[in-house]
Amino acid sequence: MSERVEVAKTYKLFIGGAFPRSESGRTHPVRDRRDRLVAHVAWASRKDLRDAVRAARAAQAAWAGRTAYNRAQIVYRIAEVLEGRRDQFEAELRVGGMTSRAARANLDAAIDGSVYWAGFADKLEQLAGGVNPVAGPFLNVSQTIPLGVCGLACPDDGGVSGMLGLVCPALAAGNAVVAVAGGRSALVSSTLGEVLATSDVPAGVANVLTGDHAALLGWLVDHADVDMVDLTGAPADSRADLEARTAENLTRWAATGGAEHLGTIMEFRDVRTVWHPARIL
Amino acid sequence: MATTPSRDVAARLGEAFADYAPSAEGRDIVTIRPEYGLVIGGAERPAADGATITTIDPSTGDALARVAEAGAADVDAAVAAARRAYDGAWGAASPRDRAKLLFRLARLLQDRAREFAVLETLDGGKPIREARDVDVPLAAQHLFYHAGWADKLEYAVPGMRARALGVVGQIIPWNFPLLMAAWKLAPALACGNTVVLKPAETSPLTALLLAELVDEAGFPPGVVNVVTGAGATGAALVDHPGVAKIAFTGSTAVGKGIRRALAGRGVRLTLELGGKGAHIVFDDAAIDQAIEGIVDGIFFNQGHVCCAGSRLLVQETVAGDVMERLRARMELLRVGDPLDKNTDVGAINSHSQLVRIREFVDGAVEEGCAVHQPSRGVPDAGFFYPPTLVTDVGGSERIAREEVFGPVLTVQSFRTEREAVDRANSTRYGLSAGVWTEKGARILWMADNLHAGVVWANTFNRFDAASPFGGVRESGFGREGGRHGLEAYLDLTPVRA
Amino acid sequence: MGTLTRSGDELAGGALAGTLRVGGVDAVALEARAARLAGRSIKRESKDAGLELAVRCIDLTTLEGADTPGKVRAMCMRALRPDPEDASVPPVAAVCVYPSMVTHAAAHLDGTGVRVASVAGAFPSGQADLDQRLEEIRGAVADGADEIDIVINRGALLSGRLDIVHDEVAAAKRACGDAHLKTILETGELGSYDAIRLASMVAMAAGSDVIKTSTGKLPVAATPPTALCMAEAIRDYHRHTGRVVGLKLAGGIRTSKQALGYLAIVAETLGVHWLHPERLRFGASTLLNDVVLQMRFRRTGRYPRPGDLPVD
Repeated sequence: MSERVEVAKTYKLFIGGAFPRSESGRTHPVRDRRDRLVAHVAWASRKDLRDAVRAARAAQAAWAGRTAYNRAQIVYRIAEVLEGRRDQFEAELRVGGMTSRAARANLDAAIDGSVYWAGFADKLEQLAGGVNPVAGPFLNVSQTIPLGVCGLACPDDGGVSGMLGLVCPALAAGNAVVAVAGGRSALVSSTLGEVLATSDVPAGVANVLTGDHAALLGWLVDHADVDMVDLTGAPADSRADLEARTAENLTRWAATGGAEHLGTIMEFRDVRTVWHPARIL
Repeated sequence: MATTPSRDVAARLGEAFADYAPSAEGRDIVTIRPEYGLVIGGAERPAADGATITTIDPSTGDALARVAEAGAADVDAAVAAARRAYDGAWGAASPRDRAKLLFRLARLLQDRAREFAVLETLDGGKPIREARDVDVPLAAQHLFYHAGWADKLEYAVPGMRARALGVVGQIIPWNFPLLMAAWKLAPALACGNTVVLKPAETSPLTALLLAELVDEAGFPPGVVNVVTGAGATGAALVDHPGVAKIAFTGSTAVGKGIRRALAGRGVRLTLELGGKGAHIVFDDAAIDQAIEGIVDGIFFNQGHVCCAGSRLLVQETVAGDVMERLRARMELLRVGDPLDKNTDVGAINSHSQLVRIREFVDGAVEEGCAVHQPSRGVPDAGFFYPPTLVTDVGGSERIAREEVFGPVLTVQSFRTEREAVDRANSTRYGLSAGVWTEKGARILWMADNLHAGVVWANTFNRFDAASPFGGVRESGFGREGGRHGLEAYLDLTPVRA
Repeated sequence: MGTLTRSGDELAGGALAGTLRVGGVDAVALEARAARLAGRSIKRESKDAGLELAVRCIDLTTLEGADTPGKVRAMCMRALRPDPEDASVPPVAAVCVYPSMVTHAAAHLDGTGVRVASVAGAFPSGQADLDQRLEEIRGAVADGADEIDIVINRGALLSGRLDIVHDEVAAAKRACGDAHLKTILETGELGSYDAIRLASMVAMAAGSDVIKTSTGKLPVAATPPTALCMAEAIRDYHRHTGRVVGLKLAGGIRTSKQALGYLAIVAETLGVHWLHPERLRFGASTLLNDVVLQMRFRRTGRYPRPGDLPVD
């Protein structure tokens, strides 16, 4: 034993600001390109999902109640922390099968994307809300409002940018999220949880689950306390079924792909219109 | 002057005055044909299988006309006609010309406003005052408002390029037949789509008359097609592979079915569904105006309003006062002939809806609620139901949770803002809410915390073409009206991509 | 009278047992309701009844610097016999004049059932020493006035001195003796429906028999929402105290259609018992002839010529 024994990482879930193992006790092996075992990641159960949704619900109102400026700074902080952990992420992405170059590009996109969404938080109202010129003595204002708890199907091969491309706009928009990562993204998701935990994102606002994508997403769309699901990374063969299952609770769904434009972040917002009389005599 | 007047001449005159003599709007302005066909590709035709439905005047039960009932083959023909128009004359029309045609349609509707109002009242049972003062003017406003968007769609969403979707299927309810038709058609056409419109089976006539105006205005054939029929017709439209988008207004149950049917097909969908609107009155409210808001909120259009304020929540400190005033106000409501210009509450739209309302109220009594109805009766003939107040409500009763869609108001009290919000939000729905208070900060806090797409503060049941309307939760998704409403009818792609 | 504060939104003690919440008024909803009531479609026998009732509720009024005994005489004749061609058209409720004309009006109306009303108390501004105003009231009553129309102290109201407003009206009521006191709020100067409602409550609490919209000397006078606002105050005051207070609508009411609209507002707010000259008045001059013409039309089915009717 001349060489130092490396301390291997345990890849856990991120729920309510903590890093639990799956309550089921199950893990899932992740292998590198040469099929060597790299790690076991936690394999989230239905109860883990329930706990994550509960944590998200509990945290959401306070998160939405923060000023948009404050949410913007916290999302920006994600980019800052990410920048400082590039090497770790690059290594994990390479284990997941990316080339160094692709991994670096993925991180560039993730960091720059986080900055992009950070700056959106306090622009939404002016871009998508406003005063409506109704034909009567009323002030009529449409505001954009958060949807609540959003479930995010992160793409298997999206790496860090694939996850943050959904997480950041949803957070900037004032929602709490349950991000579900499967496949090779599972490896980075645990580390991403550490980034979120150290970026001033309040406990419960962002939750990350790894496990069987299709099963987790099914439980997610069936959960009556989930307001919206982004099915970007849903397995193609389960997509129609998941869409159909949103009917039961009329859960909103989208597949934004994290594309950087107003339409994406508005998928994480709704519109509320308030009327008030505006005349005294 | 403080003496109680004896029942002298003046007193008798007062009584004679206050018992308003009948003042019926003339129905001769409307010519109802015995039969109506489907409007497909600019021509009227019977259903392929010859099926018809009969539409009646719910205030008498008398038949008004037989209307074609479209089957799958007819829907297919309508979608094909819409597609031809989309690929042809309508797709080629300049945005400016689309605008001008819509402006003209709005004007034609204004010209014939009285005719539309009378027909709406005859076919649907709503009071002529409402058809005249609300439905028809708002329908015209929707057409006029959206007309101006047709050549300005590059401004619809910042940074997004806007294109039409194609053929749009629109399924509308029976409570505001003309208004819903205009509400749906206007943005769809302004955005360059063509339409297959499915009116409700109990009130199809004004949509068919509107289709005549569309033709008169000079829209190319096939831009607007009308397939009358019941649920099966709507289902055929939803199932048709040629539609790019479905817009549905109706019940939550049917809306969920449509969502399932469209899963995985890439068809756009907006749903305007049911509601169980909370109407919250604080003790500092302008009480008399709040009473008017409550009355309008639940008795407007016989309560056949998805955003009706059907759950009254009153702060305990004024609950007694509010209830006393509300009961007195309800005594004044004139229920009867919808064509009478002084009628406040008209006929229930259909016999089946009347039965449903009765079942709800009977069930409430069985569950221990108390029911109050005004002393004036309702007409024997036709479908009428009196304005109804349900008290001693706990919140778990069926009548407090499900949408009655009738002139029935449940009442509960609350003590604090938090309690009011929690009670208001304790529902699957999230369409509308009302708040009455003279305190500005309370309005803003309540609006922020209520789960509702529309919040009326110190007013209720206000609608406008420029104002986005739509719900959260199980009241549906998507907005109609205003700039936001355009998004449902546009294919938006980022300009810089 | 105990303390009257606007901020507390309540009138305490004195004329009121317990407290009465004044509350606020939402202008937009008030106006919508008023428009709907004023737009009631009044036809056939309801219209006939309403027109005759309108005549019976009119305070036929002349309040001009150029008033003379001759003009007052002509008006009294018109008050007693509004339609010279039809004796079935009843007399009006009262004739309303300046104090200097009270003796002339009383001479013509004594014993007819048509009452003599006089403005008093430095009408229309009310800007005079209280003693002078009260003296004018006493003089008009001594000259034969059955009813006295005074204005409230708007300056005091708008500066928050409700006690002054109240005490002055109460003093005027005492000065009236047996005559009825109609208190003019001059709503056009009050700035908001909230202030109109508050002024109504103060005027009633101080003992007014009738509250009245306007002097008729301002461009903004009676309007349907103002009438509705005051009618709601009267109803609430009655509900709270059991005391009946009348409503007088004055200024700008010129047509039968307007009058019928106001009747509908009163009927559906205060109830049918308020449709009576003991509780409702229209302060007007040109309104009478328009109603008479309408009644002629209803009787004959032909449009009459306005010039056929007598003028003052």
